[in-house]
Amino acid sequence: MTKKEWPLWEIFIRSQHGLAHKHVGSLHAADADMAINNARDVYTRRNEGVSLWVVRSADIVANDPNDREPLFEPAANKVYRHPTFFPMPEEVKHM
Amino acid sequence: MSNEKFNYLLRLGDSTLILSQRLSEWCGKGPALEEDMALANTALDLLGQARQWLSYAGETDGMGQDEDDLAYLRNADQFANFLLVERPNGSYADTMVRQFFFDAWYHLALQKLVLSKDERIAAIAGKAAKEVRYHLRRSSDLIVRLGDGTPTSRSMIQSAVDELWPFTGEMFEADAIDLAVAEAKIGFDPSSLRSDWLSYVHSVLDEATIKMPNAEAWMQRGGKQGRHTEALSYLLAEMQSLKRAHPGAAW
Repeated sequence: MTKKEWPLWEIFIRSQHGLAHKHVGSLHAADADMAINNARDVYTRRNEGVSLWVVRSADIVANDPNDREPLFEPAANKVYRHPTFFPMPEEVKHM
Repeated sequence: MSNEKFNYLLRLGDSTLILSQRLSEWCGKGPALEEDMALANTALDLLGQARQWLSYAGETDGMGQDEDDLAYLRNADQFANFLLVERPNGSYADTMVRQFFFDAWYHLALQKLVLSKDERIAAIAGKAAKEVRYHLRRSSDLIVRLGDGTPTSRSMIQSAVDELWPFTGEMFEADAIDLAVAEAKIGFDPSSLRSDWLSYVHSVLDEATIKMPNAEAWMQRGGKQGRHTEALSYLLAEMQSLKRAHPGAAW
């Protein structure tokens, strides 16, 4: 008998009042449909009104932790890059 | 009428309760973590529904029985669940085929029950229908995956289908209680579901490359009338032991 390991999938969920999909974890599934079903059972606990994204872990490209300085350092030491010097109007809720 | 309604609610409550108990036996033993969670979720959905059906049954009866009394203090011959749901778990194929047959029936049944003249029944059915739609989607999906999977998984699904088939007929047999609640428009005549059930089951088995048994085959019966297979007493002995040992205890 052949036994096949299911590939790993990363799960992103937008909750009912959420603005963006958030990574919530990973799980194993044979294909995308099954990953959606499994994500429903493992992560949503049937909260109505959620949106689910599943993506094969193998399809995600992450940065090399060794590149942290060239990638992120410039932002941290140039404060003028951060638009925090003016008051935000009340009406603009989420930026 | 209240006696028929009580018995009718017991049937719904008992089938969901017993199937929930069976599925709970899988906890920690599923073929994959994800399947384990899915079975536990399904078991919890069904238990929630059983509680609602049985609570309402207890209120209808006027004997002051609550859901716990009905679940824990009745003997096998007082249970009115379908024979199908009390069948042992067997392999994962056996469990999924049992689930698929029941989900397909229950999904159709709930479509009728949401139209019930009894508001409480319609409300319970409305809530349950959402959950059962998902159960059916999942069990149908797995039947196709396993049926159309490896030669081993295919033969396991086929033999589970053949083995459980004689337990499906009972779901479509109307007796005096079914007809009385159908007449009062609080329930429905189960024979009216048969052709839809057969054609849905046929379409899924077909996709799964599984041969459908003869629809006219001889069928087991008796669950709804309290005549059960030997499997139920063992299940109840385990489920009820604590309550029986400490009657009246609160937890």
